[in-house]
Amino acid sequence: MRSVRIAHIASNTFREAVRDRVLYNLIAFAVLMSGAAILVGQISIGIERLVVINLGLTAVSLFGMVIAIFIGIGLVSKEIEKRTLYTVLSRPVQRWEFIVGKFFGLVGTLVVNTFFMAIGVFVALLWVSRRFQMADGWVLVALYFIVLQFLIITALALLFSSFSSPLLSAVFAFSLFVIGSFAEDLRGFAAMAQGAARWLATGTAYLVPNFSTLNVVSSVAHGQPVAAQLVFSNTLYALVYAGMAVSGAVLIFEHRNLK
Amino acid sequence: MAAIDILGLAKTYSVGFWRKKPKCALQPLHLSVEAGEIFGFLGPNGAGKTTTLKLLMGLVFPSAGSARILGMEINDPQMKARIGFLPEQPYFYDYLTATELLEYYAQLSGVAAKERSRKVSEVLARVGLPDVGGMQLRKFSKGMLQRVGIAQAILHDPQVLFFDEPMSGLDPIGRREVRDLMEQLKQQGKTVFFSTHILSDAESLCDRVAIIHLGELRGVGAVADLTSSVQGQVEVVWQGNLVPASLKAFATECHGTGDTTRAVVPEANQDAVIDALRRERLRIVSVIPVRTSLEEYFVLKLKPSEAAAGVRS
Amino acid sequence: MKPSRPVTVTASVLLAVCMLASVLILRRLDHMRRGATLQEVLYLSSPKVLKRLSLGYDGLLADIYWTRAVQYFGGKHFAGAQSYDLLAPLLEITTALDPHLTVAYEFGANFLAPKPPNGAGMPERAIQLAEYGIRSNPDDWHLYYNLGFIYYMELRDYSHAADAFARGAAVPSAHPFLRIMAAQMAQHSGERRMAQMMWATTYQSTQDPNVRANAVTHLRALQVDEDVTNLERLVSRYREQAGHLPSSFSDLQAVDLLAAIPTDPTGHTYKLMPDGHVEVRVPDDLPFIQKGVPPGYKPPPPKFLPSD
Repeated sequence: MRSVRIAHIASNTFREAVRDRVLYNLIAFAVLMSGAAILVGQISIGIERLVVINLGLTAVSLFGMVIAIFIGIGLVSKEIEKRTLYTVLSRPVQRWEFIVGKFFGLVGTLVVNTFFMAIGVFVALLWVSRRFQMADGWVLVALYFIVLQFLIITALALLFSSFSSPLLSAVFAFSLFVIGSFAEDLRGFAAMAQGAARWLATGTAYLVPNFSTLNVVSSVAHGQPVAAQLVFSNTLYALVYAGMAVSGAVLIFEHRNLK
Repeated sequence: MAAIDILGLAKTYSVGFWRKKPKCALQPLHLSVEAGEIFGFLGPNGAGKTTTLKLLMGLVFPSAGSARILGMEINDPQMKARIGFLPEQPYFYDYLTATELLEYYAQLSGVAAKERSRKVSEVLARVGLPDVGGMQLRKFSKGMLQRVGIAQAILHDPQVLFFDEPMSGLDPIGRREVRDLMEQLKQQGKTVFFSTHILSDAESLCDRVAIIHLGELRGVGAVADLTSSVQGQVEVVWQGNLVPASLKAFATECHGTGDTTRAVVPEANQDAVIDALRRERLRIVSVIPVRTSLEEYFVLKLKPSEAAAGVRS
Repeated sequence: MKPSRPVTVTASVLLAVCMLASVLILRRLDHMRRGATLQEVLYLSSPKVLKRLSLGYDGLLADIYWTRAVQYFGGKHFAGAQSYDLLAPLLEITTALDPHLTVAYEFGANFLAPKPPNGAGMPERAIQLAEYGIRSNPDDWHLYYNLGFIYYMELRDYSHAADAFARGAAVPSAHPFLRIMAAQMAQHSGERRMAQMMWATTYQSTQDPNVRANAVTHLRALQVDEDVTNLERLVSRYREQAGHLPSSFSDLQAVDLLAAIPTDPTGHTYKLMPDGHVEVRVPDDLPFIQKGVPPGYKPPPPKFLPSD
C-alpha cells in the first residue's frame, strides 16, 4: 500500500512535468544535435565523432541538470504555495512517502528525457560516421553516468526545496553542481592549505557531490573503455549520495511546520 | 462519541530571522464537536482559524495539547482515510484535468480501482461541474477551483469534513449550492467543521459555532442559544401612533413607522406594557423576544475596534 | 501530534550511514581513478582552446591548473616517479590562461629542466616557458633570472646564461646579483661559488615552499661538497707534515690545522676514513652531494619537497 502511494505520487509528478512542457527541451536538443552533426561533418574532418560525442553528452548533461534543478527546487515549495500539499497530507499519505514519491517522479522524468536525447546523440553519431563502432557502446556508459548525476542533483534540489525558497534552492543546487564538478581540484587546494583551512577544505571536498568521477565524456569520446569496477563503484556512490540527500530532505520535511 | 475532540491545542511560532520572538497563534483551545453536527468556526482574518485546521490536519505541530478525530490520533493513517479537507483558496496541479486530479486523490485515499472513475464522475456532478472533467485546471475560474476543492474533500466519502473558508471565491449561487451541499452531508450523517469570517453563512447553517479571536476562544454554543434573548427584551408592535404614557417609562426604544409603532421593553415589564396598550384599546400586532443576530453577538465578543476591521456580514 | 519518531530515527540513521558510505566509496574511487582529472590535460592540451572554453573565467581556471600542476609534480615525486610528461602541458596551460602567474615560471625553471627524478628533464620546454614568461612580463627580473638559471644549471651554456642575466640586470629594480652573475658567467669561473650564489638568490627571492626547500637542499649539498674538499685538503697537509694519515680529526686539532670538529648541515660530524677520505654519516639525508659519499653509493630519489 505504501509503495503504491509512492508510485502514485511519482507518476503524478512525472505527468505534471511532462504536461508542463518539460520535454520541449528535446526540440532544442534535436536542433543542436542536427546542426552540430551537419556542421562538423563539413568542417572538422577526422574528429567528427569526437565532436559529436563531446558536444552531445555535454548537452545531455547540462539540459538535464537545468531541468533537475528548476523542477526540483519547486517540488515542495510549489505544492505548499498552491496548498496541494495540504490536500495530499490530509490523506493517508506520510510526509516521507511524499518526498520519496516526488524524488522518483522527477528522476523518472529525467530518465525519459535522457532516453530521447540519447537517441539524438546516436542518430547524430550515425550521421557523421555512417556506421556504429564497438567503441560507441561506451557512450552508453557515459550516458548512464549522466543519469547517475541527475540522481544526485535531483536529491539535492529536493533537499534544498524542503526548507528553502525556490530561488535560494536554485542557487544552492547550482553552486553544488559547479563545486562538485571541481571536487578533485578542491581536494588539491585542500592539500596545499594548512591547519584548519585544510581540514575544512578536505571535509568540504568529501561532502560535496563528486561529479567528476561521474564524468567520463572526454575519455569515452576518445573511445577509451570504462572499467567495470568504476561502473559499479560509481553506481554505488550515486545511490548512496542520493540516499543521503533524500534522507536529509525527509528529516527536515518531517519536522517542518507547513505554515 | 465526539467526532472531534480538541484538548488544549496550542501553537506558538517563532518569528523573525535573526532574533526569534515567540508569537502566539493559538491559545490552549478546548473544543468538542459531536458527530453529525455542522460546526462553524468563526473569527476575523488572522484569528487562528486556519492554524487550528492545520493543527488538526497534522500540517503544523502543536506546542502543547492534543486532539482526536473519530477517537484516533491525528497522525493515524486510518483516521486520515476517513476525513476530507478543503484548504483555503486551493490551487491545483495546473496541467492536470479535473478528472485526473480527482483520480489521483482517490488513489492516495485508497479508493478501490474499480470504483474510482464512478466516484469521480459522481462527485463532479455533485459539485456542479459535470461537463468539465476533461479540462485542464489552469483554465478553471476561481469559483470552479473551489468546487474542485470541495469535490476532492468529499470524494472518498469521509465521515468528518474540514472546510477552510468554503464559500470564498464563490458567487451567490455557488454559495447557496455549497450551503445545500453541507446540509446534504449533515443529512447523510457526516460531521462538518468549517471556518468562515462570513457570519450569515454560519447563522443559517450551523448547529453550533465557536468564536475565536486573536488565537483565543471567545464563545461557543448553539446558534439559537447564542442569539437568544441575551439582553432579555421583547419587541412590541401595535397599530396607530399613540404611545401610552406608562409605557414610555419602560421602553428602551420607541418609534413610529407609518401606521404602526414599535417599542422595545424589558421582558419583566412585558405584561405591564400589554395591559397599558389594552387600556388604550390599541391593537397589538406582535410581541416577540428580541433575538440578537449572530453578528451582534460577534461584535459583543470582540472589542469594537477589532471587530470593525475584520467582520463583514 | 509530534513528528513521527520511527521516521526520524530511520532517516537519521540512513543519513549517517549514507554519508559515511559515500566518503568510503569516494576514497575507493580515488584509488581507482588516480590522476583521472589530469587525463583531461591529454584530451584538451591546447591552451588556446581551453582559454576559449573558460568563458572568461580564465583567472580561476589558471589557478585550478596551477594547483593541478603542483599536485601532479608533488604526488609523482613523492611516489618516486621517473617521468613527468604532463608537467610541461600543465604549466603551459596555466600560464596561457594567466600569463602573469609568475610562480608557474619559477616552478618550471626549477622542476621542468632538471633530469628525472629531480625534474621532468625538459630543458627546452623550460626555456620556452621562461621566454614566454619574459615576453608576457618584461619588467620582472625574476623571469630573466629563471632563464639564466636553466641555461647555467642544466645546459652549462654560459654565454646564453650571461645574456639572460645581463638582460635581467637591465630591468629597473633588478636584484644586484644579476649584474655580478652576468659578469661571472662571462668568466665562468668558481663554479661552486656561482652555484651557491644562484641557489641563495633563488632561496631569497621565491615565495614557493617547494622551490625554497629545493634551494635549501642544494645549498646544503654545496656546503658539504665544500667542507669535504677543505677537510681532505687539511688531511693531505697533515700527511705531508707528519708523514702518516691522521687517525681522527683530533689529530688535526692537535697540530692547530682545525679549530673544532666539523659537522655537516644536518648536525652530524664528518667521518674520517682510514684511507684519508672524508664522508658524511647519513648520505641519504643530503641529496645532490657529489663528495663525501662512500665508494659505489647510489643516492635514493631526493625528497626535497615537504612530504604530504
